Amino acid sequence: MMDNFSQVLQKYYQDSPDQIAVHLLYSRQAEQTLTYRSLMSSACGYARALIKAGVEPGEVVVLILDHSEALVSAFWGCVLLGTIPTIMPFLSEKLSPDHYRKSLNALFEITAPSAVITRPEFAPEVQAAKAGQRDTGLRTVLIADETDSQPAAECGSGAQDSFAGLKRSAEEVVLLQHSSGTTGLQKGVALSHRAVFNQLESYSRALHLTAEDVIVSWLPLYHDMGLIAGFLLPILSGVPLVLMSPFDWVRAPYKLLQAVSNYRGTLTWMPNFAYNFCAQKIRARDLQAVDLSSWRAVINCSEPMHWRSHQAFLESFQPYGLRAEALATCYAMAENVFAVTQGGIDTPVCVDQVSQEVLLSHQEAVPMPNSDGATRMLSAGRPIVNTRLRILDPQGRELPERQIGEIALQSDCMLDGYYHRSDLTEKVFLDGWYLTGDLGYLANGELYVTGRKKDLIIVGGKNIYPQDLERLAGEVPGIHPGRVVAFGVFNERSGTEDVVIIAEIEQGTLLQSAGGKQQLTAIADEIRGRVTRGSDVALRYVKLVGKDWLIKTSSGKIARLANRAKYLAELATMP
Amino acid sequence: MQNDITGGLSNYIATQILKQPERSISNSEALISSGLIDSFSLVDLALFIEDTYGVHIDDTELNADTFDSLDQLATLIQQRQ
Repeated sequence: MMDNFSQVLQKYYQDSPDQIAVHLLYSRQAEQTLTYRSLMSSACGYARALIKAGVEPGEVVVLILDHSEALVSAFWGCVLLGTIPTIMPFLSEKLSPDHYRKSLNALFEITAPSAVITRPEFAPEVQAAKAGQRDTGLRTVLIADETDSQPAAECGSGAQDSFAGLKRSAEEVVLLQHSSGTTGLQKGVALSHRAVFNQLESYSRALHLTAEDVIVSWLPLYHDMGLIAGFLLPILSGVPLVLMSPFDWVRAPYKLLQAVSNYRGTLTWMPNFAYNFCAQKIRARDLQAVDLSSWRAVINCSEPMHWRSHQAFLESFQPYGLRAEALATCYAMAENVFAVTQGGIDTPVCVDQVSQEVLLSHQEAVPMPNSDGATRMLSAGRPIVNTRLRILDPQGRELPERQIGEIALQSDCMLDGYYHRSDLTEKVFLDGWYLTGDLGYLANGELYVTGRKKDLIIVGGKNIYPQDLERLAGEVPGIHPGRVVAFGVFNERSGTEDVVIIAEIEQGTLLQSAGGKQQLTAIADEIRGRVTRGSDVALRYVKLVGKDWLIKTSSGKIARLANRAKYLAELATMP
Repeated sequence: MQNDITGGLSNYIATQILKQPERSISNSEALISSGLIDSFSLVDLALFIEDTYGVHIDDTELNADTFDSLDQLATLIQQRQ
């Protein structure tokens, strides 16, 4: 049994140096293939550069890099040195630099990294954020392009053995995972080597993963699904990974299917919206000679899963060899490293046809043989080995089958804690059970996720904290400060949530007057602009309302779920 | 001709992408760098252009370096027609 990531990497490097670890696909240049030898040698280069910069094992290193060999190598360089890497999204052009700087500050404040590795064009931003901080301990900004990779020979067994990463204990933290926005960046999930190894072992069993598999992924590595399923699982298991950029995939989704066909891909993970996206936006001319018969599991994960999305995907790609049995589901979260349950591997994904009305009104899933008034729930499958599930009522008591409550879990791969936030860590556990904040029910041992108790918006698999959006919208002149609410509403066509913002305006008379319309449009546009530039969320719906429209809780806070219900009720009664 | 194209594009973007039929988009307004058109909608725009104007925009061209306004996009379309 290996103790840490570095030992596993070293084992592959020594036993099968020419084995392919990663194929990196690009839209504007030829693909790159990294063997375990080349991965080890470029990782050594980064580890040495970090040592030279005075970075010590156990310190946090932030990686702000685009899809590239540099990102892959820098991550493993950090691991080899025994530092704790965390991957941040690369700045997209529409985000305002000012806001990105604020995000960096939010991250630096809590995680106190000692180094950042980034691209030259981005270094000034990081330096500015560094300067804006009192004393974060951030000592160095390394430029990826200037880090020489070492010849493999120099990284031979003797040289490598000196790296502290090989001596890390299994209980030590190996990496941090953050979700987006100020709130997410201040809540890094810290995972130990042991937790990740335990997850990979249990999850590999659930998937029946073998060396014959080929994982194809377009997911970003700053997201748990991308980092674990689409990066660490293959590399630490000796399974080849074909990795493309999310930036390229969203512009050319057909390239995923071409990659599966070209590399005989067997496993892919995607959020629900991607099934709709592929089904709607890929044209036949881009699928000539594409053969998807090698795909044994396309796993829907990280946002609510919908039966219709699976159907649409199947109808579009069955003619190209996609098998119905390949459609699979998974319930996962960074706090459990990744997977909690897995469905659709041993048997097709279970579909539970239940009464929509009873589901909503009585918090119970009552089977309904007729399709009238029924909704089809997709099972997320059964818990993976060493993970136990319970459904709890609001008092923390276990509920019987088919009753909806909060999903709680226990496993041997739980987070070490939220990094430097023991206050938050304490709050999410109840008697040793992790409270997910998700709602669902169990039936015949299968988990069905029905909704959320926590105020979280999930767009395209990405977690968005509404308070971050509310703060951005609340800065717009003409809006009543603090009188803004943000929430998500499912959009059947796109297969994910649309973000809605409702804001109370200071000058309520604008809503009635004929001349007020122009001013209202200007305010709404300003909200859209600020949210887009400040958060990377495309905001579709802005509703401006008068004073006292928003429902408050007894403690005076804006009640997000109640306001969401009010908005939906108004929408339903509109002519 | 250029006006017909910018008008058609503007109408498509306002109604189908932004879902704000009354939104007017000026010919020089930044579309991509401003985040007005999010990355998930770029493929839709390319497919619309192909179907309406018979011009192919490659996925590697769906970025602000290639076009960032209605004017620039209309010019690109005309050059290829």
